[in-house]
Amino acid sequence: MTATEEVENTRTQGATTLARASTVRGGAFGRTLVRHAVYALVAIVVLIVLTSALAGTGNTFLNYQLAMVCAYLCATAGLTFLTGINGQLSLGHGALMATGAYGAALTIRALADRGIEAVWAVFVALLVGVLAALVVGAVIGAAAARLRGPYLAGVTTVIAIVVPAITTTFDGIFKGDQGLSFVTPSPGAVPALLSNEEWQAYLGIGCAVLVMFLLANLISSRFGRQFRAVANDEVAAKLSGINIARTQVLAFVVSAGCAGLGGALMAAITQQAAPGAYSLTLSLYLLMAIVIGGLGSLAGAVWGALLLVALPDLSTRITDSLELSPDLAQKLDGNLALAIFGLFLIIVMIVAPGGIQGLVRRLSGRLSARRRSAGS
Amino acid sequence: MHRIARRGLAIAATLVVAAASSACGGTGDSGSKSGDTTGVTDTEILFGTHMPLTGPASAGYSKIAPATKAYFDYVNAQGGVHGRKITYKIKDDTYNPATTNTVVRELVLQDKVFAILNGLGTPTHTGVLEFLKSNKVPDLFVASGSRSWNQPEKFPHTFGFNTDYTVEGKILGTYIKKTWPDQKVCFFGQNDDFGQDSLAGLETVLGADKIVAKQNYVTTNTNVAPQVAELAKAGCQVVYGATVPGFTALLIGTAAKLPGGTFKPQWVISQVGADLLTVGTTLGAAKPLLKGMVSDNYLPSVYDATDPWIKLFKDINDKYNAGVQFDGNIVYGMAVGYLTVQALQRAGKNLTRESVVAAVEKGGFKGPGNVPLRYSKSDHSGYGGMRLSKVNDTVDKQDYFGNPFTTDDGKGEVKEYTEAVPAPPANGIGTA
Repeated sequence: MTATEEVENTRTQGATTLARASTVRGGAFGRTLVRHAVYALVAIVVLIVLTSALAGTGNTFLNYQLAMVCAYLCATAGLTFLTGINGQLSLGHGALMATGAYGAALTIRALADRGIEAVWAVFVALLVGVLAALVVGAVIGAAAARLRGPYLAGVTTVIAIVVPAITTTFDGIFKGDQGLSFVTPSPGAVPALLSNEEWQAYLGIGCAVLVMFLLANLISSRFGRQFRAVANDEVAAKLSGINIARTQVLAFVVSAGCAGLGGALMAAITQQAAPGAYSLTLSLYLLMAIVIGGLGSLAGAVWGALLLVALPDLSTRITDSLELSPDLAQKLDGNLALAIFGLFLIIVMIVAPGGIQGLVRRLSGRLSARRRSAGS
Repeated sequence: MHRIARRGLAIAATLVVAAASSACGGTGDSGSKSGDTTGVTDTEILFGTHMPLTGPASAGYSKIAPATKAYFDYVNAQGGVHGRKITYKIKDDTYNPATTNTVVRELVLQDKVFAILNGLGTPTHTGVLEFLKSNKVPDLFVASGSRSWNQPEKFPHTFGFNTDYTVEGKILGTYIKKTWPDQKVCFFGQNDDFGQDSLAGLETVLGADKIVAKQNYVTTNTNVAPQVAELAKAGCQVVYGATVPGFTALLIGTAAKLPGGTFKPQWVISQVGADLLTVGTTLGAAKPLLKGMVSDNYLPSVYDATDPWIKLFKDINDKYNAGVQFDGNIVYGMAVGYLTVQALQRAGKNLTRESVVAAVEKGGFKGPGNVPLRYSKSDHSGYGGMRLSKVNDTVDKQDYFGNPFTTDDGKGEVKEYTEAVPAPPANGIGTA
């Protein structure tokens, strides 16, 4: 691309951004809000029915997995917002989840020490987890706004490595590799009606739908267009009067808050905060998940969160079902999930560069086109 | 408008179907009137475990569960226990507490195991105690010597197996005090309850001020050079290691590689990290460094070919475990299997989760151990003592010496134990 072309390109993009921004008026936004609220309500109803249906099978592990999908979804949605919408790469979101997890764990333990084991303690813990991640996110975001490309990737990778190490260095507070264990308060008065895993699933559903609702609205708001404008072309965005650094820091903080909630939720579900759950691998998994799911749309984040739970499970099923020699099964057990994930990434990138969501959109587009032509 | 209506209809239909299916399947399955029989049928008993089959702690430990399974297969071939065959589901947790959390939930909630048996590791198992308690799952014979397993009031279904680390610390500490009274004693331990409980025992005997340097390690960081350098700087002459096998090898190997090569303390290593074959295999060519290493154990010695228990276990290992290298981990795994079968025999024909817990609490099991198991209603800890062992000059044997010792995890004195180990029954299957 020549220099003139580039300038020309910049101008066009700036112009489209402005044009799009100018079409937005209160009425349109109000309609979007109502539509998102309806989606959220439908999602809640469907997921609640799904939860009790899963519990009805007698296998509450499925409820546990559903709760984990919700926890991962908070983080992948946040990361999609940061990477897909705002164009900033983060290899350190696992560490932000850890921040949320430890914030929540320390809160629940502190409250339990004072004899408080009511259900509201969980909500306080989730809130503390989010706040802790927001603070850390603001600090990292401020640094990240000055960095581009590989440098940003480098800094966030360091965060992903440092945070678990902090827990083993200050093992007086964080209890090292062993981590913090606790009992997550639950409305256990009627255990026959509501198993612990069901309650965790409901908790997860509530948080995940809230995150999706807020992010969807944010993305389609005026701020959302600013975030997109910055991702598309910083020069053009600047020309349109957008404060680049502030937008980027804000995006990082929002994304960190979501990851923090995901981590706090994960701690509440597993009744534990241990560094082994938030290693560098998790950060890389999160990024892989949103890329496979479909970067740039929140629906892609849902696919990603599903995969994060389903793929490791699938790999254990494969090793269990094959009659392997104990030695080979032993070698595969810990490693097959990684291989499947990698293979899946390669296939998706070749077959569907837009991720699973891109593929779904393409297929449904083709289907409706066929239906239309058949109907005419 | 048409499309919206159609979509609405589709969603509504889905909801109805889902609601209907949830209403149909709502019956719970746990428990008849007489007790909880999850994981037990007329022909099968399902046990599950979490083990480090891969990862930093897998050296040696990965052989334990297959050995237990081999013992179960041996019992199954003779008709099982009260007509039921024992199935053992082994899950890899890579010694990562977060993974343990997931696999134990899978075993309990999805596979519906009768009990968790011999789950390995202090940091890993600590994280699932509350979960197992709230699901009332028997948590038998945890493969670790942490004192956490012995809290019958807080965790009524959890039982230890190993001699706890504090008892071990007191016994090894007593030997150190008697043998090397004027030497500088140091401590190197895992930074969790394993290390802390061991240190507590050692300090009870020696006094906290007598331990000139204390260092620890985390299993996620295999570089122990800084800590070992500190030990050398402090002039340690006796180093007590509360280490898993991989880190015993790292500790001893790193010490030998220090500049100057002059740091050659007397090694005293906890039983869980001192199996000569395991550590020797990890060290490879550097195996001679283990010469003179002092440790202890409560199970028959692999090097005593005349021991009837060793003969029995070796035989089973050849027939049911593909004859893998016979080391302390195999003996350990088989001893766990033997005790489990004893408990099942005692629990009787109407096996429930409650009846197996009651059977273990009754105590008085006689088995391969050289000291008694302590189980009772108020005591859920495992073996109550240790016998000292030493690696010989040619580094091919790790023989016992002297009598075993017993003590408690408090201020009680360390006493010699002189009762002989009973011989195994002729068919190799323990009775109630």
